[in-house]
Amino acid sequence: MARRFLLLVAVLLATPAWAPAWAKDTIILASTTSTEQSGLFGHILPVFEKATGIEVKVVAVGTGQALAMGAKGDADALLVHDRVGESKLVADGHGIDRRDVMFNDFVLIGPRSDPAAIKGVKDAKEALRKIAAAAAPFASRGDDSGTHRMEIRLWKAAGIDADARGKWYRETGSGMGPTLNIAAGLDAYVIADRATWANFKNRQNLVILSEGDPVLYNPYGSILVNPARHPSVKAEAARRWHEWLTSAPGKAAIASYKINGAQVFFPLDGSAPVR
Amino acid sequence: MDDLGEAFLIALQLIAVGDRELLRTVELSLRVSLTASGLAFVLGAPLGTFLAIQSFSARPVLLVVSNALLGLPSVVVGLVAYLVLSRAGPLGGLGLLFTWEAMVFAQVLLTLPIVVVLSYRATETYWTDYRDSLVVLGSSRLQSVSLLIAAARGALVTVFLAAFGRAIAEVGAIMMVGGNIRGHTRTMTTTIALETSRGDLALALGLGLILVALTLLVSSLAFVLNRRMSDF
Repeated sequence: MARRFLLLVAVLLATPAWAPAWAKDTIILASTTSTEQSGLFGHILPVFEKATGIEVKVVAVGTGQALAMGAKGDADALLVHDRVGESKLVADGHGIDRRDVMFNDFVLIGPRSDPAAIKGVKDAKEALRKIAAAAAPFASRGDDSGTHRMEIRLWKAAGIDADARGKWYRETGSGMGPTLNIAAGLDAYVIADRATWANFKNRQNLVILSEGDPVLYNPYGSILVNPARHPSVKAEAARRWHEWLTSAPGKAAIASYKINGAQVFFPLDGSAPVR
Repeated sequence: MDDLGEAFLIALQLIAVGDRELLRTVELSLRVSLTASGLAFVLGAPLGTFLAIQSFSARPVLLVVSNALLGLPSVVVGLVAYLVLSRAGPLGGLGLLFTWEAMVFAQVLLTLPIVVVLSYRATETYWTDYRDSLVVLGSSRLQSVSLLIAAARGALVTVFLAAFGRAIAEVGAIMMVGGNIRGHTRTMTTTIALETSRGDLALALGLGLILVALTLLVSSLAFVLNRRMSDF
């Protein structure tokens, strides 16, 4: 009878496994939740795979964690948005050949009722000062992500001291999507990247109130994990991805990704953003 | 509350059209969680039973530690599994990080304490009852363990289901070691987490309903099998 039970367990264990087709080249790309949630990868990865036969497996985490994955050699390439962190990874010898790839931008979002009256205010710093003056609820990522670091710099530039922010300032400690969910629930102001916002469904009363200030531009960089430092990385396949992403076909694929008809990522090739 | 109604509709729709991506996700979720809870059972049930029949000085310590591990947060297990499987970690050479096997590894760690503790509880009473007869018959420890497992099989099915339940419902550990990679390591729970963060609450809830239906199916199957086995 014990045997019967073990047999049951054995049957359960023998659930069919897909034979993974590791015959083709695959690389691990550490990237940010905002790029993944925007849907960009679903658009450009098939193009790349068709051109090269290389499959890119995306692990979407916060920029801080993506950089840590690079430093441990757990990814083959990175696509992230934190200039300071990116330069540090390269300076520490874990990353090589950092290149500009594209940028998108951040937008200031808030409830339609707009208690701080920031609608149409072009200057993002001025908008933040008005939110602080009105003590209107503001949802911050609070997770040390690329977006959070940008927001902190912006408050500082606006001359509003972190300690002076009152109860209206709420740190969610979570990703862009969850923070938008919280902002929607609280009718709070929030800074989000345009791509995540464009794909976000649970908007309730939230609308874009302020956009277009150059301080809100958000550049993405591609970095290869250093094979000299981490011999297990798939250096050759990762290099092909890196080259493709910064080549004309890669840029064309990025530029052709649209959400509801609007382009959200702009390849960095010298051409000025259209907005 | 129209999200709730919409969720039901979405769930029905996905099932009705046999959505390909959904089927793959369901298959992966079941494969990972059944393999993990099965392995944890094969390792943990004999261990728990052994603890029930064998008294030794380290036993209370082992039991207290196993009990404490029941409350282990899955993100902590995920973090430990991540560091172990990381290319720089002790098992990094296996290259398992961000594969389905990595998720199984994490879930075995997560469910093993449950199986050990509950198997101990399940077989303990039988041991009190049968101890003398088994000693008189001169059965070895191995024989005693298998006899007790056979005797307690009904309760052990519940033990397996408890382990499976924790595994299939869990998201923190597999998110960390699996990476939620589309088409490779994206399970039901990580998809639900992703869709929630994208603000598609109705779709997330719809997937949640399908997950509940799945666990119901597995526990009904186990119930029927258990009935059958008891007939012998």
